[in-house]
Amino acid sequence: MLDILYSIIPQTLFFAAPLIFTALGGVYSERSGVINIGLEGLMVIGAFSSVTFNLLYADALGTAAPWISILVAMVAGMLFSLIHAVATITFRADQTVTGVAINMLALGFGVFMIKQIFGKGQTDFISQPIYTTDVPFLVDIPVIGNMFFNNMYITSYIAIVLSFLAWYVLYKTPFGLRIRAVGEHPMAADTNGIKVYTTRYIGVIISGALAGIGGAVFAMTISQNFSISTIAGQGFMAIAAVIFGKWNPLGAMGAALFFGFAQSLSVVGSSIPLLENVPQVYLLIAPYVLTILALAGFIGRSVAPKASGVPYVKGSR
Amino acid sequence: MFSSTKFNFIIPIISVILGLVAGAIIMLIFGYNPILGYQALWNGVFDSPFFMSETVNRITPYILTGLAIAFAFRTGLFNIGAEGQVLVGWVAAVWVGTAVDAPAFIHLPLALLAAAAAGAFWAFVPGILKAKLGVHEVIVSIMMNYIALHITNYLIRSVLTDNQETTEPVKQTASLTNDFLIGLTGSRLHLGFIVALLMVLVMWVILERTKLGFELKAVGYNQHASNYAGMKVERNIVISMLISGLFAGLAGAMQGLGTFGNAFTNTAFSNLGFDGIAVALLGGNNPFGVVLSASLFGFLKVGSLNMSTAGVPNEIIEIVIALIILFVASGFIIRWALLQLKKGEKK
Repeated sequence: MLDILYSIIPQTLFFAAPLIFTALGGVYSERSGVINIGLEGLMVIGAFSSVTFNLLYADALGTAAPWISILVAMVAGMLFSLIHAVATITFRADQTVTGVAINMLALGFGVFMIKQIFGKGQTDFISQPIYTTDVPFLVDIPVIGNMFFNNMYITSYIAIVLSFLAWYVLYKTPFGLRIRAVGEHPMAADTNGIKVYTTRYIGVIISGALAGIGGAVFAMTISQNFSISTIAGQGFMAIAAVIFGKWNPLGAMGAALFFGFAQSLSVVGSSIPLLENVPQVYLLIAPYVLTILALAGFIGRSVAPKASGVPYVKGSR
Repeated sequence: MFSSTKFNFIIPIISVILGLVAGAIIMLIFGYNPILGYQALWNGVFDSPFFMSETVNRITPYILTGLAIAFAFRTGLFNIGAEGQVLVGWVAAVWVGTAVDAPAFIHLPLALLAAAAAGAFWAFVPGILKAKLGVHEVIVSIMMNYIALHITNYLIRSVLTDNQETTEPVKQTASLTNDFLIGLTGSRLHLGFIVALLMVLVMWVILERTKLGFELKAVGYNQHASNYAGMKVERNIVISMLISGLFAGLAGAMQGLGTFGNAFTNTAFSNLGFDGIAVALLGGNNPFGVVLSASLFGFLKVGSLNMSTAGVPNEIIEIVIALIILFVASGFIIRWALLQLKKGEKK
C-alpha cells in the first residue's frame, strides 16, 4: 500500500504543478473582474517561449537554462496578456470573446514562429529539461521522506508555496483587498480612490505571468518540446480549477491537486491491485466524473466575483 | 450619426479588412509576399469545384456548432461543451448508420435524430446541474468534453469495432452523400448544408416567433426579472442547453454521415466546438450572422491549406482569424474612431 502512495503522490504533484500556477493566475484575473478564457493560449505562449529559449541557449547556459526559460515564459505571458487587458479593460471588449481570440492567436503565433525559427511544425526535445531531485536530509525521514521528498520536481514545491503566498496577498494585504474590491464592485472601489483600470490591468498581467510559468513548467517537465498539440486543454482544466476552488487561491490549488491525483491514477492505476481489473476507460473518465459529482454533491453553488465579465465604464451607474 | 444596426454590419466588415491587412503586414515582416499568399488562399477555395465543395463541407458543421453556442449565449449560458456534444453526436450517428438496416427515408432521419439526441443529452447534464444546483455550466461542460472524448474512443474500439481505430463506413441508406453531387464536383460534397440551413431557420423561429424563445431571451437578459414575471427559469435553462446540444450533435452527424462517412478515435479534440464559439461571437449570436461567419471561417480555413504553395505557413490564417475576432470584440473603439472621423468631416 505504501509503495502505491510513493508513486502516486509524486505523480500527483508532477501533473498538478502546471495547473496550479495557471489556476492561480486565473484567480487573480477573475477576482479583479476580468474573465480569462485565454489561459489556454497564455500557457501555449509560455510553453512556446520556454522551449524556444531553451533550445537556443541550452549550450550557453547549461543547467540554468530551464529556469531562465521559465522566467522568459513569464515575461512572454505578461506581454501577451496585455492584449487581453487592453482589449477588455480599455476597449471594453467582451471578455469571453477576447479570451477565445487569445487562444487562437497564441496557437497560431506559436506554431508560425516555430516554423520560422526551426523550419518545422514541431520542435526537437529540449536538452536541458528540469530533472527530479531528492530533497537532502528530508528524504531520509521514514515514510514521509519517500512520499514527499523523493524524486520530486522543485517546480511542484514552488507551486504549492506560491499558492499560500497568493492566498496571503489576496486576503491579507491592501493590494489584495483592492483586487477583490474592483472585482466585486468597481464603482464603490472607484469612489474610494482605487484606480479600477490600473488594478484590473495588474490582475490580468499577473494571470499572464502565472499562466506563462504554468505553460513553461508543463513544457520543461512533462512535454519537453513544443508543437500544436503540446497544450491541449490544460488551460481549460485550470479554468475548471478556478471555479472548482471557488475563486480562492488555496481552493484552486486543491482542485488542481485533485486533477493531478486523478490523472496519476489513470497512469499508475493499472499497477494497483484493486484497480487492475477495471477497464481503462473508467480510469480515464474518473477525474472528470468525480469533479462533476463533487461539484453537484458538496461544493454546490459557485458564485463568480460579482463584477467579473463586466467592463467598467467610469462615471456610469 | 450611424445607427446601431448599421454598426452591427460595419464593425465586422472593418474587422475582417483590418485582420487581413494585419496578416499581410505579418507576411511582409517575415519576408513573404502577401499578394501571392492571399492569391493562394483565394485559389485554394475558388480554383475548382472540388475545393469549393470542400469549403461547403467545412462550413456546414461550423454553422451548427456556431448555432449551438449562439443559442445558449442568448439564454445567458456559455456552452463550452459543444466539442464533446459534437463527438457523441458523431459516434451516435455512425452507430445508427452502420448497425441499423432500413430504407433511406427512415434510416437517415433516424441517424440524424440519434446524433441530435446524443448531443442534447450531453448538454442536458450541465443544464440540469446548473438549473437545480447552481453548478457553473462552464466547468461541467469542460468535464463532459473529456468524458465524451474517452467514451467515444472506447465505443469505437470496443463496441463499434473489434479493436480498430476506425469504424466501417455508414450504409448508403444513412449517408448524406449524394451521387449527383459527387458526380458534379468529384468531391464528398454532401447534403448536410441543407440540414444546417434548416436549423438556422429553426433557431430563428424559436427565438423570434415563439413564446419559448421570448422566455429564453428574457432569462438571458435578467434571470430575476424573468422569475418575477412568472417564467420558470430553471426549466428554460435546461431547454436552452438541450436545444444547444441538439445543434452540436447534428454537427457531429454532418461529419459522421457526410464529410468522413465514418467515425475514428481521437487523441485530441476536433476544435469544431471551440471554433464554434468564435463563429457564434463573430456572427453576433444571430442565426443569420452565424451563417456568414461560418462561411468566412470555412473559406479561410480551407483556403489556408493552399497557402503553402506560396510558401506561406497556413498558421498565418489562425492569426488573422484571431485578430478579426479581437477587432470585432473591440467594436467600441472602432465605433469611437468612426465617430471621430465623422466629426472631422463635418468641421
